Amino acid sequence: MSETTVQDQRTVSGVAIRLEGVTKRYPGQQKPAVDAVDLEIAAGETVMFVGPSGCGKTTLLKMLNRLIEPSGGKIFLGDEDVTGQDPDRLRRRIGYVIQAGGLFPHMTVGTNIGIVPGMLGWDKKKIAERTDELLDLVGLDPEVYRDRYPKELSGGQQQRVGVARALAADPPVLLMDEPFGAVDPITRQRLQDELLRIQEELGKTIVFVTHDFDEAVKLGDKIVVFDVGARVVQYDTPEAILAEPAEDYVADFVGAGATLKQLTLTRVADTELHTPITAQVGEDSAAVVARATEAGEQYVVVTDGRGRPVSWPSVAELSRTTSVPGTRDDRLPVVGLRSTLNDALDTMLAASQGGVVVTGRRDSVAGVLVVEQVMAAIQATRGETRG
Amino acid sequence: MTSATDPAVDPAVDAQADVEPGGRRDGFSWRGLLLQPVLVLVALGAFAVWRATADLTDAEARPLAWSALLGSIVDHLELVAVSAVVVLVIGIPLGVLLTRGPFRRATPLVLGIANTGQAAPAIGLFVLLATWLGFGFRSAVVALVLYSVLPVLRNTMVGLQGVDARLVEAGRGMGMSALAVLLRVELPLAVPVMLSGVRTALVLLVGTATLATFIDGGGLGLLITTGINLNLDALLYSGALLVALLALAVDWVGRVVETVARPKGL
Repeated sequence: MSETTVQDQRTVSGVAIRLEGVTKRYPGQQKPAVDAVDLEIAAGETVMFVGPSGCGKTTLLKMLNRLIEPSGGKIFLGDEDVTGQDPDRLRRRIGYVIQAGGLFPHMTVGTNIGIVPGMLGWDKKKIAERTDELLDLVGLDPEVYRDRYPKELSGGQQQRVGVARALAADPPVLLMDEPFGAVDPITRQRLQDELLRIQEELGKTIVFVTHDFDEAVKLGDKIVVFDVGARVVQYDTPEAILAEPAEDYVADFVGAGATLKQLTLTRVADTELHTPITAQVGEDSAAVVARATEAGEQYVVVTDGRGRPVSWPSVAELSRTTSVPGTRDDRLPVVGLRSTLNDALDTMLAASQGGVVVTGRRDSVAGVLVVEQVMAAIQATRGETRG
Repeated sequence: MTSATDPAVDPAVDAQADVEPGGRRDGFSWRGLLLQPVLVLVALGAFAVWRATADLTDAEARPLAWSALLGSIVDHLELVAVSAVVVLVIGIPLGVLLTRGPFRRATPLVLGIANTGQAAPAIGLFVLLATWLGFGFRSAVVALVLYSVLPVLRNTMVGLQGVDARLVEAGRGMGMSALAVLLRVELPLAVPVMLSGVRTALVLLVGTATLATFIDGGGLGLLITTGINLNLDALLYSGALLVALLALAVDWVGRVVETVARPKGL
């Protein structure tokens, strides 16, 4: 295993997963759906399963928590052979996230999240604390959302609760089966950013099935490209798969837009962010305007008490007020540090803005990124691929 | 870039306001529920006035005395209640069983039997069972159960089959046992459909229990048959009216239970 320095710095609370000759045969079918797969997934890594539909990637995922019983082979979590373990007990140690969250509609958000801890025998107080902690982690205010029913949430919020529920008992492994398939592109991008942020904090071992190669490039530390029968065609970092597809099959799958796909490889954090002048809600406007003018800035990022961006007014607009207004701009373009330049560009276009506010830990402002920087990055990668 | 616009409203809060208009939907259904008991009470009042003022012969007045009427109604309800309990005890577990793994194959057979039970003319069912099991309360209950088990059985199955398979998978995927998924996810979500089956069965039972009198099973049917046999219209109409009111009242109680027991969040 080639551990990069980035991974060494990360918190790791996951365990490694090892598959040895894992096979699934269905009665009455000649070819096995999954044919003797060997795979090693390092602790704390996010591994993306991609491949055409029917290639067996979902079957393989569901064999990891034994929703589908393997017909042969062995599965290890860490050094422990879990192939013969009681499936119900095994699954309480493995978080499972499905499309639209799979929330139980007759239970409140809090109850949904507390199910696994409840089965593990935690006391009520501990469950309640954990629920609030998790809602906070996925960016939902516990006071507002704890007692709501799933139908009272938007699709993106339901998906967040689904992730919180899967993390409830702090499992070392998280399985995600096309979790973001059913939400609109902007929400999907937000959810992806959030997953990256959470993963940076927690360092779980995540296995994630997707049919979207861009999503795989963005989220994955490694990508597994499957062919029929869950044959592993290539298992490598996104960069390596884009640069050197192992077979024509992979090259086809990656698609023709590979040059611009390099944009998907560049994270916002990798570019030089501009540090804006920030102002807290309620501050004296004149002082803020003076500060901005001195720094030669045209715009000011307004933040709330927890450092989260609220709006992005111009100095001219601010000078017309006496104190910094706390009204939230719903169309404020925001991306996370781990977002790709592709996302940043999408967000700018969607909001008709020339820049985005970049947020880091706990959604606090980390800087701003303007369209010129994205264009420069495109120029650079085009130059690289030509040269 | 953009200045601060309108006070920020979380889109979800907006959406919620549309979905749950302050319990307006609940209030609406309650108003609908109010009409039925009012009609029943008005009809009952009219009957009481008629009963107090009508000029009745002795043969009519005795079975129409309030104590005698109350006895008939209690007999009738007893038939309905005992049969209903047996129907629930058979119908719901059987419905659950027939939606589980290997037992699914038996579904057509069991539904076939239940269908036959309901399709057979009720009066024929009563008489046949009586010649086999003897006259009386017990045979009447067996016949009533055969006649009304279908709605409970079928709605239990339909309700369970209507639960999103992904929710079952989510439950199993997070480590709930099959039994836990059944008790905590599938049955609660199937409750509305199941309860409407129970209500249908109860209404069927109230009506059909009038036939119990033919095999000496008692109930309000006695009033009707006596009225026909002895050509006493007052008895016939009173019996028919009381059975109808009883069925409406039972139906109403069923509706109230359905409204109250419906899981929140659906």
